[in-house]
Amino acid sequence: MSIRGKAHIAGVYEHPARDLPDHSVQQIHAECAIGALADAGLSVRDVDGFFSTGQLGFGGVSLTEYLGLNPSYIDGTFTGGSSYLAHVGHAAAAIAAGKCRVALITQGAKVRGVIRGAKHTADTPEFPFETVYGETNAGIYALAARRHMHEFGTTAEQLAAVKVAASEYAQFNPHALLRKRVTVEDVVNSPMIADPLHRLDCCVVTDGGGAIVVVSPEIARSLNRPLVSVLGHAEAIKHSGLGPNDLTSTGATASAPRALAEAGVALSDIDYASIYDSFTITVIMTLEDLGFCKKGQGGAFVASGALGLDGVIPVNTDGGGLCNNHPGYQGGLVKIVEAVRQLRGEATPQTQVRDCKLAIAHGTGGGMLRQASVSLVLGRSDA
Amino acid sequence: MVDIKTRLPTPEPFISPETRPFWTAAKQGRLDLPFCKSCNHPIWYPKAFCGACGSLDVEWRQVSGEGKIYSYTQVHRGEGPYRDVENYVLALVDIDEGARVLTNIVDADPASLTIGQRVRVVFHEAGDAAALPRFVPAK
Ligand SMILES: [Zn+2]
Repeated sequence: MSIRGKAHIAGVYEHPARDLPDHSVQQIHAECAIGALADAGLSVRDVDGFFSTGQLGFGGVSLTEYLGLNPSYIDGTFTGGSSYLAHVGHAAAAIAAGKCRVALITQGAKVRGVIRGAKHTADTPEFPFETVYGETNAGIYALAARRHMHEFGTTAEQLAAVKVAASEYAQFNPHALLRKRVTVEDVVNSPMIADPLHRLDCCVVTDGGGAIVVVSPEIARSLNRPLVSVLGHAEAIKHSGLGPNDLTSTGATASAPRALAEAGVALSDIDYASIYDSFTITVIMTLEDLGFCKKGQGGAFVASGALGLDGVIPVNTDGGGLCNNHPGYQGGLVKIVEAVRQLRGEATPQTQVRDCKLAIAHGTGGGMLRQASVSLVLGRSDA
Repeated sequence: MVDIKTRLPTPEPFISPETRPFWTAAKQGRLDLPFCKSCNHPIWYPKAFCGACGSLDVEWRQVSGEGKIYSYTQVHRGEGPYRDVENYVLALVDIDEGARVLTNIVDADPASLTIGQRVRVVFHEAGDAAALPRFVPAK
């Protein structure tokens, strides 16, 4: 069974705030839920499927109570920042199987100003062997970046080109945390976080979140909104459980071909890509692994201007996690929202891809020692 | 606690009965890894299960403690116990018996390190029941 065309994204919402000191996390979820349902022309009473990471309170149950939902289907998949891409795929499968008809996916996060402490170790089997050495997200991606440089000759300036491209888009996004255009020199001269990654190679840290409403075809037809079809979805988990994990490739090598096959489209048909950008190196490796360029050529590819509106593949036209928004260290939901905006023709006018019919959104959850890659192929209803 | 020579924190690891042999061996100056008795696979991170063949039959074996650097970084923004450390080297080391382990490289000028460089294990006391395996450049 394929999910191709069996479910549609009817509503999306990205919380406009990036700093929410006086909100509770559940309030953020609620504001996002209402925003996405209003976008779809639906209400909380219509929701019969609920999807969240289950990180708040008693899994997803706490939020169903807070929101007053009465779902016949609940999913609490947590794969880090890629969770929300998984949720869309799972929602489409649940709808295709008749388990629910209106699936609500919400994210809420509040991390600004919170000093990250030692990671919880007692209930996570791998952490005791990592946190004692001062493991950080940036440190792990720095290990990947240095190895990528070693194997393929990637340079700090090429990494910086990813941030420059993001900032070119972010200048047009009134909600972006960082709207200032930056140069390659700005990036390589910013403070070193974990070499070779500078501060401007790292994503922003924001509060906020968003929500997505996925509906069955008959509900979709009853709504007065431009429809975005869920065409393909695939997941791949990469870890060291079978032996040493390489740090220069991502699970996209496995998830992207399956998602594209389910959608029945070729990568060359894709008009826009939302690509997880926790760090600049994440984008370079993912572009290679999705197949937009050959393995090892990602640095030269991004430095050629390929990510711009007139480039080979416009990427992260909202400014991405590097400039716009990366709520709670999880950028996956915002990636879907921008892909939907592009397919509806509702992106910021200066960043709208002309006649955008097909998009891919790709999430990388976790880090480079272990990760959950999720690829999602979305299309305009006439695609 | 802090290792006096390197000034690096030596946080006490979380130890369970499943992983205690690893930390006890390190405390005694040995690097022991679990190996699968069915398929001989070296298991990392330490656990009582072989993911390569699905076996619960594993045994602890001492390994050489020698290896080479797969990748490394000088971290300038530590978190948790490392928050006040100005900088330190985080690395992945491929030990000769076939495990790729996250660790620190100590007693070395970070600018002198290279991928592929030979390193050997040292142990830094971390509480009463464990020591942290770290690595130094091999002579
Ligand atoms: Zn085995």
